[in-house]
Amino acid sequence: MVRFILRRLLQVIPVFLGTTLLVYYMVFALPGDPIAALFGDRQPPQAVIDTLRSQYHLDEPFWVQYGIFLKNLFTFNLGNDFTGQPIAAALARVFPVTAMLAIEALAIQAIFGVAFGVFAGLRRGGWFDSTVLVASLVVIAVPTFVLGFVFQLVFGVQLGWAKPTVGANADWGSLLLPAVVLGLVSFAYVLRLTRTSVSENMNADYVRTATAKGLSRPRVVLAHILRNSLIPVVTYLGANLGGLMGGAIVTEGIFNVPGVGNKLYQAVLRSEGPTIVSIVSVLVLVFVVANLLVDLLYAWLDPRIRYDQ
Amino acid sequence: MRDNEMTTPEIRIAEAGTTGIRPLLEIRDLAITFKTSGGEVQAVRDAHLTIMPGETVAIVGESGSGKSTTALAAIGLLPSNGRVSGGQILLDGEDIAHAPEKRMIELRGNTIGMVPQDPMSNLNPVWKIGYQVRETLRANGQPNGPDDVAKVLSQAGLPDAHRRAGQYPHEFSGGMRQRALIAIGLSCQPRLLIADEPTSALDVTVQRQILDHLDTMTTELGTSVLLITHDLGLAAERADKVVVMYQGRVVEAGPSLELLRNPRHPYTKRLVESAPSLASRRIQAAKEQGVETADLLAPAAEPAAADNVLQIQDLRKVYKLRQGLGKSSDFAAVDGVSFDVKRGTTTAIVGESGSGKSTVAKMVLQLEKPTDGRILFDGVDTSVLKPADLFKFRRRVQPIFQDPYGSLDPMYNIYRTIEEPLRVHKIGDKASREKKVRELLDQVALPQSAMQRYPNELSGGQRQRVAIARALALDPEVIICDEAVSALDVLVQAQVLNLLADLQANLGLTYLFITHDLAVVRQIADHVCVMEKGRLVETGSTDDVFESPRQDYTKALLNAIPGAKLMLPPEVA
Amino acid sequence: MTSNNSHYVAPIEETPLLATDAVKTDQAPLSLWADAWRKLRRRPLFIISALLILALTVVALFPGLFTSVAPNEGCELANSEGGPTAGHPFGFTFQGCDIYSRVIHGTQASMSVGILSVLCVLVIGVTLGALAGYYGGWIDAVLARLGDIFFALPLILGALVITQLPLFRENKSVWTVVFVISLLAWPQMARITRGAVIEVRNSDFVTAARSLGVSKFGALVRHVLPNALAPIIVLATLELGVFIVAEATLSFLGIGLPQSIMSWGNDIAGAQASIRTRPEIMLFPAAALSITVLSFIMLGDAVRDALDPKSRQR
Repeated sequence: MVRFILRRLLQVIPVFLGTTLLVYYMVFALPGDPIAALFGDRQPPQAVIDTLRSQYHLDEPFWVQYGIFLKNLFTFNLGNDFTGQPIAAALARVFPVTAMLAIEALAIQAIFGVAFGVFAGLRRGGWFDSTVLVASLVVIAVPTFVLGFVFQLVFGVQLGWAKPTVGANADWGSLLLPAVVLGLVSFAYVLRLTRTSVSENMNADYVRTATAKGLSRPRVVLAHILRNSLIPVVTYLGANLGGLMGGAIVTEGIFNVPGVGNKLYQAVLRSEGPTIVSIVSVLVLVFVVANLLVDLLYAWLDPRIRYDQ
Repeated sequence: MRDNEMTTPEIRIAEAGTTGIRPLLEIRDLAITFKTSGGEVQAVRDAHLTIMPGETVAIVGESGSGKSTTALAAIGLLPSNGRVSGGQILLDGEDIAHAPEKRMIELRGNTIGMVPQDPMSNLNPVWKIGYQVRETLRANGQPNGPDDVAKVLSQAGLPDAHRRAGQYPHEFSGGMRQRALIAIGLSCQPRLLIADEPTSALDVTVQRQILDHLDTMTTELGTSVLLITHDLGLAAERADKVVVMYQGRVVEAGPSLELLRNPRHPYTKRLVESAPSLASRRIQAAKEQGVETADLLAPAAEPAAADNVLQIQDLRKVYKLRQGLGKSSDFAAVDGVSFDVKRGTTTAIVGESGSGKSTVAKMVLQLEKPTDGRILFDGVDTSVLKPADLFKFRRRVQPIFQDPYGSLDPMYNIYRTIEEPLRVHKIGDKASREKKVRELLDQVALPQSAMQRYPNELSGGQRQRVAIARALALDPEVIICDEAVSALDVLVQAQVLNLLADLQANLGLTYLFITHDLAVVRQIADHVCVMEKGRLVETGSTDDVFESPRQDYTKALLNAIPGAKLMLPPEVA
Repeated sequence: MTSNNSHYVAPIEETPLLATDAVKTDQAPLSLWADAWRKLRRRPLFIISALLILALTVVALFPGLFTSVAPNEGCELANSEGGPTAGHPFGFTFQGCDIYSRVIHGTQASMSVGILSVLCVLVIGVTLGALAGYYGGWIDAVLARLGDIFFALPLILGALVITQLPLFRENKSVWTVVFVISLLAWPQMARITRGAVIEVRNSDFVTAARSLGVSKFGALVRHVLPNALAPIIVLATLELGVFIVAEATLSFLGIGLPQSIMSWGNDIAGAQASIRTRPEIMLFPAAALSITVLSFIMLGDAVRDALDPKSRQR
């Protein structure tokens, strides 16, 4: 297990370096003046240009620039945005909000997705299964931003069950509606994956053997069917964290959640290149680390992984 | 046990001095129906069998004969689309054919145990072996501390049981997993054990050890055993009574030796004739036709020395095994193997899994490069063949593989499959190729109407015939048969072996036959090479090796053939 | 009781011997594709989605058949948020444009981005994935790392950065969106292809073909790829839907298609202003988008069921 963790850690490093390099290269090394490129049509104040030039050491060779960029990234020295606020401080403010939102969404999709999926899978072809399958297709088909507006309008404005926008003081309760929106698409995927996995495992030889040993039905379902079915689901949840981040940009925008996504969205609207690059790099780091954690969880769930590739 | 008030009209097999004991399991007029997309299918009808306490009864049959279905019904584990549609399953007088699930859960484990077929898929990969034993003990109200678990495992012949209990199934070899499954099946001292092909996935020597151990354990516990197997020899050797099933029905049942010596139903007769483990002679198809002697002796007589079409000299194949971070170690899959193959004869390479026999076959086929040593084909070193020569070489040496489901491209119909080698080698035009395909189908006794079919529509035996036809398309001289009949049912296997023998007689083919099954070797081979762990341990003519094996390993292999020691009158065997 | 009593033999007339291993001749020959097609045809999900996609294709190719109003034509602020009138069944947007005509014209953008992206992803992903899976070795190692790097860049995040580049900011078109989506989405297709190819490459029929004299590359094209197609087709169908959503999301965020191109994503973004007062302005493009995506997702689902190797008869 220790060797597995070490190997995965070693694999993460080139991925992180490669991804940030890709991002950095696209912004700073493609033909054209990177500073001008960062601002698009706007003409930034000369002071800002000078700060950026020195911050990114644009006079240095590319590799030195990239090295300094990495160093800044790891020391959270992310520079200032247009209003002169340090980006790192802003991120520190908004990050906990997004973390809460993501955790809530993850919990919703994992708990409800697995529960519904298990019920559907155990009774494949039954009425619950058929209903849930069709419903999940519809949920998958409606894009998150459409869903967001619909939920905001129906539950927030018309029914008044929740605040239509979150505003400055985000807490678990006020984040519930955006979290549901954010988690809903993945919820449908988790449900379908669990269902397939459960109904496949139900016919596995070892499940029949477990029954032949005299175990009660609940024990067979819990210890053998469910436990084994969770393995692909966990992999999916890990791979889907990226989707969750993308969704957070949309969801936070719609519900006015003061999170990372919203910050990023504002930066996009204002064409603030440096802010975008910094935030995306940080998010890539988070994504890579989160994936690593999921991989470890995966290895814990499936002992075969620790030994094979 | 004794219940004198119980009266049953059936005539029971009662051995001297045990009258009045009622059967532990009695299956009467059992019918089992499956719901499929094409409607209801009756998989088993009018099945009946009786097992007395302490007795071992074997059900023998081919795949699809209903033998496993019958056994699964007895423990209430039919697949969800199957149901008992008639008859009774009496366990100690209680009809459990339609017993509620609650009752079956009470019975499973401590009254009826099961040892399943495939040790690879029957242990849950995510739980430690010890846990899987412990949950069995706990579910059946037995003491389940670590020592109890270790005791159960060591009784099944697993050494170092405490440590083994902490390991996962993938850390076990196939034989060890099967022992763990036997441990689980017998852990709660059931009165009836259902053993469904308990060793068919294992090497013969391991198979024998495990069956011996199972015998000892069930005798000690007084457990009755219902043994399911496709191997008549194994059934006769291990069981008191044999029940033969065919097409979902019981066609013959009786005491093992009696049934083997004096089969009455035509199907049983066929089975006894074809069972490779019982046959003691080479398939004589060609010789009986009288063709062989002249044809085969002629080329052998021409050159003064033996005409060796293949000469394997000091062959070695070393693989690098990765051991984590940058380290690797050498593993010699084949080590210093030398032998010759005479033209027009059959040479068999025998060995258990991991013996390196298939690696030898791959190197002869030029699909792997030897690390060392030479392979001479017709006197020419194959390692120096240029691409163009290699292409010509491929016309002369052709393979037939084991898995009849894997060796044909499912996307190609039979015509395209057999025509492909002709097309690749640009032989003939479209019309002449079609003619050739038709001839080939005739040769392997498949109807020409099969040309438009796809592999998934054919049975295993038919697919293997197609593979043979494809191998013959280029008129090769040597055919490498890698376990070519191992996956086939006994009767089909006999058919294919006869076909191969006929083709050899008619076309003067040379076979290199790779197999784990010594029984098959005796039927088809002239020469045998026995391999163990990459080395050649014994070679010789088939008769010599079988009559007087020199090496202990060969002796062990021979002893392990199920049914080998059964004394059968020669007219049957 | 002699042993003869216990020796049971079934009446032979009741258990006739069948010819060992006879060929069935009662059915028409059935290739795997024909088999899948037969299963597909019977599924209502497939029929509904196929009809919907057919209809959407016609709308996308010939929008003129359904509306006489050209894109961005006849927008008058006087009609802002106006309700349905004769000739304008869905009413007007905040900008006073005819919603019906915008929805019709938006079909083309969504469909073309979806289909073109899937084609690009297929070409890149299948080629690289197949080479990596089949040849293994350093090609595989390099591609795996490259795939990991792109994989670590979630689609929307990656798109945010790429579309900030001057090259893309200046001249946005359907092609830039296709490029962005393909660039970020090929690793998944490559992974699936690689896995499928690895599963097939060691099959006996590939070895058999090699020993017949088929070249290594020939075996990949003739035997390995055709047998690895099922998961690729399924993923491609599902991704059509996913990419259409991606385009709409990017356009909604203002970094996808430019305002000059009719797109549902742009329309939904535009309708935000009226969400409280006239939510139905958003309803129409949103419904069109959802129905399109649903059709492709349903198609993918049906195709998956039909191609599922576990449901194939052996």
